[in-house]
Amino acid sequence: MQTRRALRLIRRSSAAACLLLASSMLIAQGTTPSTLAPASTPAHQIFDLSIFVVAITGGIFVVVGGLLAIALYRFRAQKTDPAGEPAQIYGSTQIELAWTVIPILIVVVLFLTTARIIFAIQDAPKPKAALDVTVIGHQFWWEFRYPKYGVITANELHIPVSSDSVPEATFLKLTSADVNHSFWIPQLAGKTDLIANHVNTMWMDPRTPGLYLGQCAQFCGSQHAMMLLRVYVDTPEQFDAWIKSQAQPTQQNPAVEAGRKVFERQACMNCHTVSGTAATGRFGPDLTHVMSRTTLASGAMDNTPANLRQWIKSPDTFKRGALMPAMQLNDEQLDQVTAYLETLK
Amino acid sequence: MSDYPLSVSHVIDPSTSTSERSTLLEKLHGWVVTVDHKRLGILYILYSTFFLLVAGAEALAMRIQLAYPHAHVLSAQVYNRFFTMHGTTMVFLVGMPFLFGFANYIVPLQIGARDMAFPRLNAFSFWMTAFGGLLLYYSFLGGAGLYGVGNAPDVGWFAYAPLTARSFSPGHATDYWALALIVSGFGTLGTAINIVATVISMRCKGMTLMRMPLFTWLLLVVSMLTLVTITPLTAAQFMLLIDRYLGGHFFDTQAGGSSLIWIHFFWIFGHPEVYVLVLPAFAIANDIIPVFCRKAIFGYPAMVAASVAIMFVSLSVWAHHMFTVGMTSVSNAFFTLSTMLVGVPTGIKIFNWIATLWGGRIRFTTPMLFCIGFLFQFLIAGLTGIMLSVSPWDWQLHNSYFVIAHFHYVLVGAIVFCIFAGIYYWYPKATGRLLNETLGKWHFWLFIIGFHITFDTMHFLGLLGMPRSIYTYQPDRGWNFLNLLVSIGGMIQGIAVLIFAYNFIVSYWRGEVAGDDPWDAWTLEWATSSPPPVYNFEEEPDVHSRRPLWDLKHPDDPDWEYES
Amino acid sequence: MSSVPVSHPVHSVEWHLPSKRRVGMTALIVGESAIFTIFVVAYVFYMGKSVSGPTPAQVLEIPILATICLLSSSITIWRAEKAIEDDRMGSFSVWLGATIALAAVFLTNTAIEWKKLMYQDGLIVSTNLFGTTFYSLVGLHATHVVVGMFLLTSVFIFSLFGWVDSRQSERFGVIALYWHFVDAVWIVVFTVVYLIGR
Repeated sequence: MQTRRALRLIRRSSAAACLLLASSMLIAQGTTPSTLAPASTPAHQIFDLSIFVVAITGGIFVVVGGLLAIALYRFRAQKTDPAGEPAQIYGSTQIELAWTVIPILIVVVLFLTTARIIFAIQDAPKPKAALDVTVIGHQFWWEFRYPKYGVITANELHIPVSSDSVPEATFLKLTSADVNHSFWIPQLAGKTDLIANHVNTMWMDPRTPGLYLGQCAQFCGSQHAMMLLRVYVDTPEQFDAWIKSQAQPTQQNPAVEAGRKVFERQACMNCHTVSGTAATGRFGPDLTHVMSRTTLASGAMDNTPANLRQWIKSPDTFKRGALMPAMQLNDEQLDQVTAYLETLK
Repeated sequence: MSDYPLSVSHVIDPSTSTSERSTLLEKLHGWVVTVDHKRLGILYILYSTFFLLVAGAEALAMRIQLAYPHAHVLSAQVYNRFFTMHGTTMVFLVGMPFLFGFANYIVPLQIGARDMAFPRLNAFSFWMTAFGGLLLYYSFLGGAGLYGVGNAPDVGWFAYAPLTARSFSPGHATDYWALALIVSGFGTLGTAINIVATVISMRCKGMTLMRMPLFTWLLLVVSMLTLVTITPLTAAQFMLLIDRYLGGHFFDTQAGGSSLIWIHFFWIFGHPEVYVLVLPAFAIANDIIPVFCRKAIFGYPAMVAASVAIMFVSLSVWAHHMFTVGMTSVSNAFFTLSTMLVGVPTGIKIFNWIATLWGGRIRFTTPMLFCIGFLFQFLIAGLTGIMLSVSPWDWQLHNSYFVIAHFHYVLVGAIVFCIFAGIYYWYPKATGRLLNETLGKWHFWLFIIGFHITFDTMHFLGLLGMPRSIYTYQPDRGWNFLNLLVSIGGMIQGIAVLIFAYNFIVSYWRGEVAGDDPWDAWTLEWATSSPPPVYNFEEEPDVHSRRPLWDLKHPDDPDWEYES
Repeated sequence: MSSVPVSHPVHSVEWHLPSKRRVGMTALIVGESAIFTIFVVAYVFYMGKSVSGPTPAQVLEIPILATICLLSSSITIWRAEKAIEDDRMGSFSVWLGATIALAAVFLTNTAIEWKKLMYQDGLIVSTNLFGTTFYSLVGLHATHVVVGMFLLTSVFIFSLFGWVDSRQSERFGVIALYWHFVDAVWIVVFTVVYLIGR
C-alpha cells in the first residue's frame, strides 16, 4: 500500500519536474547567458554534442532506473510471501560479463564522438582574417587589447559578426595580471581560464549580432561575483566605426580643464590611462573612451553621471572589495572630475 | 595469534561498571582517554554530526542570501568565507570523520577482532582530527573576532594559488585553512594505517579476504587509497606555507612559479578524495541492502574487483577538474577517457545492487529507504558525471551550478543518504535502542523531497549560465525564480535534519530496546550484545563463509556450500 | 551478554596473517612515498626554470661520501637485524652504533653543504625556484633521517642498558624497514638533484 502511494508520488513529481524544466527555459529571457541558446560555432558544436550525450545517458537512466523501479515494486515484501528466505543467488558469470562489456562499448562510442569535438574546437586552424584580441584578467575587471589596431579598452568587448559568406572569427589570447580568472560567455563558447604567467587561447565565431552576457567563472577574490562581461557582436559597419573611434586619442577640451587637472593631480593617473594626456597608469582600466561603455566597474552599475560620481566618491557603495580606493575628493573636485570623464566618449 | 592483546581478565568492562559510583567527571575522563574502537567510533560520529549541523547552517545562510538577486543578508566577504568553510567542513570534518567513525566501530566487530591494530594510534588520530577542526573554526574568532566572520578562510575549499599568496590573501585566513587541514590530515593518515593493519593482520580464524563483509573490504580499499590521497594535499599545503612564510616560490608566478602546479597537486588529492568519501557509502549500502531484501549480495567477487578497479583508475582522472586551464587537446582527451572508464566499475556496482534486489523480499524500513534513495540518486549522479567528463561540454559546465548539482548529488544524495542509512541500521547495535521508525520516515520523505527540489533545479541554473562562488547575481539573467526554489528546498532539508537530530538524541533514552540482532542480519557484529561488551567477543570467532550468522541460522543451507 | 561461538567442528587449516607492525609501517611508507613524490615532481617541474640566482651546476657538489655512508648504513642495520634475531646483543649494539655513526656523518655533511650554500653562494629558500625546491626536498629527507636517528639512538641506549633482546626483534625490524625506506628515498633524491638536475 505504501509503495503504491510512493510510486504515485514519484510519478507526479517527475511530471512536475518536466514542467519545471520547460518553464525555466521559457522564463529564460533574452539576456539569459544560456548554454542552451548557442550563437557561435564552438557553442553550437558543444550543444550538439551535449544532445547526443543526453540521449545516451537518458537511455541508460530509463533502462537502469526502470529496472530498479520494477524491482522495488515487484519484489516488495508481502504478507502472502511464503515463510523462510527467498532463493539465494550469488552471481551469474554471463550476466556480469554482459553488463561489463556493454558499458565499455558505450564508453568507446561516447569517447570517440567527444574526441572529435575536442580536436575540432581546440585545434581549429586560425584563419588569416581572424580578429586578434588579448584578454588580461584583473581583480575585478577585464582588459581587452586589439594589437592590430592599437586599441586598449576594458570590460565591454566588441567583436564583428561572422557568417559563412564573410567568415570573421575572433581569436582570443588570455592571461592574467594577478590571480586566476575565467572568461565565460555561454552563448558564444565554452570557458577558458586566465592564468598568470601562462597564455591560453580560444576562439569565437558569432553568427548573430547582439549583446551577450557572461562573467568571470573562476573564484578570484571578494568581488568575483561582480566581474561581469558584456560582449557586443557588431555588424561589420558597426565594428569598423567602433574600433576607429576607440583608436582615437582624446582631444583637449578647455571646458573641463579643471577636471583634467584633478584627474592628474589627485593620483587618478597613477592607475588609469587616458591616451593623449599624461595619464598612463596601467593598474586600473583604460578610461580613454569610458563613456562609450554601457556600464561601469565591469558591469556593477549603469554608466550614468550620478553613478560615476558616486563610484569615484566611494567605490564601496557598489563593489566593496574592489581595488580602487576612495580618493577622498571634495564635492567640487568630484563634480569637476566627473564632468571631465563625461567628455571621454 | 602472537599479537593478541592482554587477556580478558585484565580488562575492566565499562558497560558493567557500577554507574552509581562513577561520577560524571570519571565518565567524561573515560571518554577522553579511551582507546576502545567503539568509543572512538562514537566520538567520531558525534563530532561529525555536530559539524554537519554547523556546515548545514552555513549552507542555509548562503541560500537565504541567494534566494533573490542583490540581497544584503550576507556581505561579499562573509559569503566567501561561508562557502569556503562549508566546503572545507563538509569534506574534512563531516564526511571523513563520519566514515572513519563507522569504520572504527564496525570493522573490528565484523572481522571478529578485539580492537583495532593500534588502539593508541587510533585515539591519537581522532584527537588530531578533532583539534584540526577546532583550529579551523577558531578562525571565526581569531583576528577581527566575530565581526565579518573573523578570519575564516575565504579562498574557496580548493584554495587556488596565487589567490592564496601573501600578496592576495593577507592576514591569517589562509593559514588557518592550511594548518588545520595539515593537523587533521595526520589524523586521517593514522586512521588509514590503522584500518589497513587491522584488516590485513587481525581477522579471526577462517576469515579469508574473500570472506570479509563487503563493508570491511571497501574500507580496506578506502584506507589504501587514503594513504596516497591525503598525502599530496599535505605536501602541497606545506609548500603553500613555505611560500607564505619562508619566501618560497612554489606558486609565485612572478618568480617563474606556476599556479597550475597547485591545481594539479590539489586535484591529485581532490579527485581520489571523493572516492575516499563515496566508497564507504557503498560499503554501508553493501551491508544494508542484502539484509532488507533477504538475499546475499549478487556477485561478491565482482564487487570486490570493481572496488579495487575504482581505487586504481580514480588515481588517473584528476585533470577532469582542469579541462579549462589550457591543457592540450590530447591531455583533455586522455582525461575524458579515463573518467568515462572509471564509470564502468561504478556502474557495475549499481547493476549488482539491482540484481541483489531482484527476486528478494524487500522490507521498506528507514535504513532501506535511504539506501533506495541512494541507488536512484547515485545513478543520476553517475550520469551527470559522464556528462561532465565530456570535456567540450565541461568547458560550458565547469564552475557552474551544474557541477555543484552533480557533486551534491553524490555527496548528499549518495553519501549522506548512506550515512543516514548506516546510522539507522547500526545505532541499535551501538546503543541498544532502535531509532523511532515514524520519525525516521518523516525524516526520509522530507529530506528526499527537499533534496530534489534543491538539487534537480540547480542543474538548470548551471545550464542557464550561472557560475559558482558568487555572493549575488544580476536580476536580468533569468535565474531569480530557480534560485528561490533551490533555497526553499534547502529549508525543507534543514527541517528534515532537525527531525533526525531529535530522533537521534531522544531515542537514546526512549527508543525501543533492540536486542542483539533486530534486523535478522548475517555479519559478525550482530552476534554480540547491543551494545557489545568492551572486549567484543568472548571467544575468537571461527568463520567459514561470508555470512557467518546465515550459516548459524540456516545450518541445512549454509553459504559455504555455494561460495566459490 | 557474551557472543555466540561461531565454530565448525572440523577446522585444521593453519591461520597465519602478516604482522600488523610490518603492515602498519608499510602503509606509512606508502603514504610518505606519496609526499616525497609530490616534492620530487615539483623539483623536476621547476628544473631550469629559475628566473635568476645560482643554478645547481654552479653551486652543487656531488655528496659522494655522504651517500656512501647513508647507503652503507642500510647494510649495517641489516647486520644489526640479523644479530638481534639470533640474540647476539653485543654484536647488535656494535652494528647499531655503526648505523648511527654513518647517519651522523651524512647529516654533518648536509649541514656543511647547506652552510656553504647559504653563506658562500647566497642560496636560501627565497632566492629562486631552485632554492625553494632544493631545500624543501632535501630538507624533507633530512628530517626523516633525523627522526630515524632518534629512533635508532633510543634503541641503542636501551640496548646499552641491557633492556633489548630477541623478543624485540620484530619491533626493531619495523624500525629497520623505515630506515631502508629513508635510504631508498635518498637514492631518488640524489639522482634527481645531484645527477639529473645539475
